[in-house]
Amino acid sequence: MPVYVNFVVAGFLTGAVYGLMALGLSVIFGVVRVVNFAHGEMMVLGMYATILLNHYLGLDPLLCAPLDAALLFALGYALQRGLINRYIARPEHEQFILMLGIATLLTSSMLMAFGPEARNVQPDYALDSYELGSLVLDKVRVYAAAGAFVSVALLWAFFRLSRTGKAIRACADNQVGAQVVGLDVGRLYAVTFGIGAACVGAAGTLMLLLVDVQPYLAADYTLLSFIIVIIGGLGSMPGALLGGLLIGVSEGLSAYLITPSLKSLISFGLLIVVLLMRPEGLLGRRA
Amino acid sequence: MRRRRTLVALVLLAAVLLVLPFFVGSYVLSVLVVFLFAAYLGQCWNIMMGFAGLLSLGHALYVGLGAYVAAALYVKLGVPPWIGLGAGMIAAGAAGAGIAALSFRFGVTGVYFALLTIAFDEFTRILFDHIDWVGGSAGLFLKVTTLTHSDPVHLRGSPAMFYYLLLALSAAVLALSWALLRRRIGYYWLAIREDQAAAQSLGINVFRYKLAAVVLSAGLTAVAGSVMAFYDNNLYPDTLFTTARSVEIITGPVIGGAGTLFGPILGAFVLTTLGEAMTVLGATVGIPGLKQWFYGGALIVIVLLQPAGVWPWLRRRLRLGEDER
Repeated sequence: MPVYVNFVVAGFLTGAVYGLMALGLSVIFGVVRVVNFAHGEMMVLGMYATILLNHYLGLDPLLCAPLDAALLFALGYALQRGLINRYIARPEHEQFILMLGIATLLTSSMLMAFGPEARNVQPDYALDSYELGSLVLDKVRVYAAAGAFVSVALLWAFFRLSRTGKAIRACADNQVGAQVVGLDVGRLYAVTFGIGAACVGAAGTLMLLLVDVQPYLAADYTLLSFIIVIIGGLGSMPGALLGGLLIGVSEGLSAYLITPSLKSLISFGLLIVVLLMRPEGLLGRRA
Repeated sequence: MRRRRTLVALVLLAAVLLVLPFFVGSYVLSVLVVFLFAAYLGQCWNIMMGFAGLLSLGHALYVGLGAYVAAALYVKLGVPPWIGLGAGMIAAGAAGAGIAALSFRFGVTGVYFALLTIAFDEFTRILFDHIDWVGGSAGLFLKVTTLTHSDPVHLRGSPAMFYYLLLALSAAVLALSWALLRRRIGYYWLAIREDQAAAQSLGINVFRYKLAAVVLSAGLTAVAGSVMAFYDNNLYPDTLFTTARSVEIITGPVIGGAGTLFGPILGAFVLTTLGEAMTVLGATVGIPGLKQWFYGGALIVIVLLQPAGVWPWLRRRLRLGEDER
């Protein structure tokens, strides 16, 4: 089996975590119509929360994922209720400055609390791998991807089956209609923002299995989330997952075939092509 | 009456800015240069967003192109700075025209347009990281020479020379913005910003005027980039093209008041002062990150109190000006 298959599969597995991260952004935009420019900051917050839980309680990073999701849900809910809700009807550049302020606060808080050096967690299976013939898979990568797929499945079930999930979809389809039939749109927006934040918090936990964390990673993750959701279709859930997998594979392949430092060039190139050829994204609907 | 008050205020402001370098030390002068860069760049961005309603989050692209074209021509081929500056303007204008024409033809608008500008900027940043002719990610450097007097023809000189150069540029772009808003093109831009479909139905060539706003804004932005190259004497893709710079460029005019004439200048002043105060505070307390923490907090407070910017509020308080600018 050729060597590049290893890179494709590894990229695919990392891409699943990217997908979960971008899903959070997509859910928020799809319903609240606000672009969360503090998305990468929330991702990094999830990573640091995992470090704390792992360090003080000795929890396995995989077990931290639900806890981090709950923590970020609370943060997202509070942010939407307290601040962002007032800006929903304001122009985009004003929303942008608000989100920028929030992002700056989050990054600098983490810098003050944890310092600039890179940190990671070392579960005892960190160096294990599965071997299928000549295909070698890191155990952590498989676990992270499995965690991401489970999270996406749970989210899908929530939006399809639960009453709140259906109500949120109604809000996304027709906000005025949702208000007319008596839905509490303000609360649903807050719940949605919470869910989006929870996704990215869980993604941060899973990503920590694969990379070290430092405060300045946040901006890169924000940009990466944008690339993925635009490619998949802003507001589309399957689109975010597909975009994540695509970018994961393309990063893995370009790191192997060209040079690692050029991998984001390919990602941005893909983004430009998709935006021009199909602005609504691969799986998005035209607004 | 109000017109006269505005005129008097303008003359006073100009007089203060003209004599300021004689009364301040080198530290304050360097801060003033930072302020003027921000004021100039904010005004350039404002032409696109404030007047024509096109949100650019990738203006660092034009700064970087202006800087790299002028510096590379000077260092590698010995082309005089002012000619390089012109070439930088043309390069940035062409890049802006390309991006705008593609976006508008393919119907990329709103948030999507903003994200596309980020994508082109980041794409170019990584590209320049790998162009070895201009030094790649290791950077491009201009030879620093010690001169007895400033030499504006070759853009070599003291910080005071750059201060006056930037002051002149800022004043020029302010006058240009003022003049454009009073001409047909200005009214067309505002019409497009308020309601593109309505503007189109009145027979305005929306494509052409939006394109004009982008090209003008990009070309003027590149001028600051070229000047920055000769002021700093070093160029790195990761500091020139970074999205952090684009964010800096947009923060000033939004805080000051997008779409107004003085908003970008006031915003640049507020943010530069705030940034310096926070640096001093951070250095005194000695906690890394505290500076950005207060900065982020201040952004939130300002945007909560005055979502449309500080200038419209201040103008009402000072009872200046007759119109909404």
